[in-house]
Amino acid sequence: MTPGRAVEAFARRHRYHPLEALPWLASIAAYFVFPEYLALGAQILATILFALSADLVLGYAGIVTLGHAAFFGTGAYIAGILAAHGGGEPITGLLAGATAAALLGFLSGLVVLRTTGLALLMQTLVVATLVAEGANKASFITGGDDGLQGMEVWPIFGWFRFDLFGRTSYAYCLAVLFLCWLAARQIVGSPFGRSLTGIRENVRRMHAIGAPVARRRLTIYTISAALAGISGALIAQTTQFVSLSFLSLERSGTVLIMLIIGGVGRLYGAFIGVPLYMIAQNRFSEFDPVYWYFWIGLLMVLVVVFARGGVLGIFDRFRR
Amino acid sequence: MGPGFRRDGKGQFARRSLTVCQYACALSINDTLSAAVSIGFHGLAFAMVLYLISVGLSVTMGLMGFVNLAHGVFAMAGGYVLTSLMSRWAVPFVPALLAAAVAVSLASIPIERVLYRRLYGGEELDQVLLTMGLVFMSVAGATYVWGPLQQPLQPPQWLSGAIDLGVRSFPAYRSFLILCGAALVTALWLGIERTRFGARVRASVDNLRMAQSVGIDTSRLFMTTFALGSGLAGLGGGLGADLLAINPSYALQNLAYFLIVVAVGGLGSIRGPFVAALLLGIADSGFKYLLPEFGAFFIYTLTMAILLWRPHGLFGRA
Repeated sequence: MTPGRAVEAFARRHRYHPLEALPWLASIAAYFVFPEYLALGAQILATILFALSADLVLGYAGIVTLGHAAFFGTGAYIAGILAAHGGGEPITGLLAGATAAALLGFLSGLVVLRTTGLALLMQTLVVATLVAEGANKASFITGGDDGLQGMEVWPIFGWFRFDLFGRTSYAYCLAVLFLCWLAARQIVGSPFGRSLTGIRENVRRMHAIGAPVARRRLTIYTISAALAGISGALIAQTTQFVSLSFLSLERSGTVLIMLIIGGVGRLYGAFIGVPLYMIAQNRFSEFDPVYWYFWIGLLMVLVVVFARGGVLGIFDRFRR
Repeated sequence: MGPGFRRDGKGQFARRSLTVCQYACALSINDTLSAAVSIGFHGLAFAMVLYLISVGLSVTMGLMGFVNLAHGVFAMAGGYVLTSLMSRWAVPFVPALLAAAVAVSLASIPIERVLYRRLYGGEELDQVLLTMGLVFMSVAGATYVWGPLQQPLQPPQWLSGAIDLGVRSFPAYRSFLILCGAALVTALWLGIERTRFGARVRASVDNLRMAQSVGIDTSRLFMTTFALGSGLAGLGGGLGADLLAINPSYALQNLAYFLIVVAVGGLGSIRGPFVAALLLGIADSGFKYLLPEFGAFFIYTLTMAILLWRPHGLFGRA
């Protein structure tokens, strides 16, 4: 490859590929094909955003976290509390949720990101547990174990009312997800995003060439927290309910699982893993309400044994 | 104020208030002492259980670098085997306990050979996915076999009630737990320090490649260590069934406890987790006794502080 060609290939890496339209076309098609499942669809879209936010820290910056639910839950509670106290404007709720989650991400990141490996994993878990414990104790405002009730979300732009069938919710989640995906894609393709991959692959080398490693990690952690907060706020607004499970270790674990099933570090893993997991969960829990955990667990084990690198990893193997 | 606070004459008031004060002092000293003893006692018993369960996790994580989030499953299995042997087949306590440890240990071998082994030295994320999958399957499996309710442990006659030592009486089962734990810890430490097997384990934790090149069969060593660690976890789960209740979501509920012990103690260490378990056990029962509202805050903040101070744990190496 001549130098000119190489530069061209490098520049082409971040141009939009026609295949990238696929998830969006599929989402729009799903709106018309499965009108009775739009409520579930809206949940899936919002959870894709959560997994996407986890992919930014996990897949790109290599920060293994077991506490991402802290940001998700913070966004959800802030949006929920606003809506329960007469501030039900949805866009404001999203922004407030994102800001609070970003703030938490920044502050906890200052402490947590000083460590790596198992200590980092534990620190993130501890932060999430502390937040959950705090929400539990502040039951006068969060509703504690009973969950937050009495949310009233206003129509979007004062015009689009949230309906029973979830049409508005679906379109709302899809639009927000699209905007956030555009932002995430820009970030990943930027020199900043490339330097994150460098930090993941070889920290020492990045230090050696003078990259501000700690600051970059903190920045992406904060951005990712904000996106997770938006995702939590979306779910709170569309289901009109927030509970302590939004902050649980289980929630942090499941989002990792969905992401790993799809494929980590490629921005599209979330779009495959989340629908796969949530639809499987929905189906399994319908025909086997008690034991669906078993089938989900089996699915996870099978992915590890037969499909290392997630579903997108299989495609990679075929392409080679 | 107590009943002595009555203003019916100067002298009497002074005398009465003195006795009240003495009484209050004596009461509070006695109370504080007995509170301290019961916190220490409960904490020690809890620490033993935590250590027995977590030491295997520490060694296997240190030895194979494997993020095993499913370790609690083995402890839960031990608890289930023990309680069912005792309640359904009326097996006496001690044989049932031993059977539980052996059964869990044997059952863990095929799991290690078939599933875990292919991920040694692999991606952390794949290990997380595999072991979380096992945890999920264990939740459903335990519900299927034993139902969603928790399994009570009925200690045998000779271990129920209290032992009177003259000065103070101690709950018998907790005392047994502490003694049992202490004996096992001693045996384990001697085994690691003094036997050839222990030397092989230490060598492999120190430097895996060097151990392989001097001819240690590390694959077999992994298997044995894994089985031993799982057996200990099964024993701990069975012994501690009244402290950590045996129910289907055991592995998920207590995961944070086990991980804290391992992370604070230091990976691959035998002694570190013991100190960490003592800290966690005593702090946990102390806060539950004195400040039940805010116990979790202190425990987790303490964990965070220790990990910031020593990211590799108290006894871990960089």
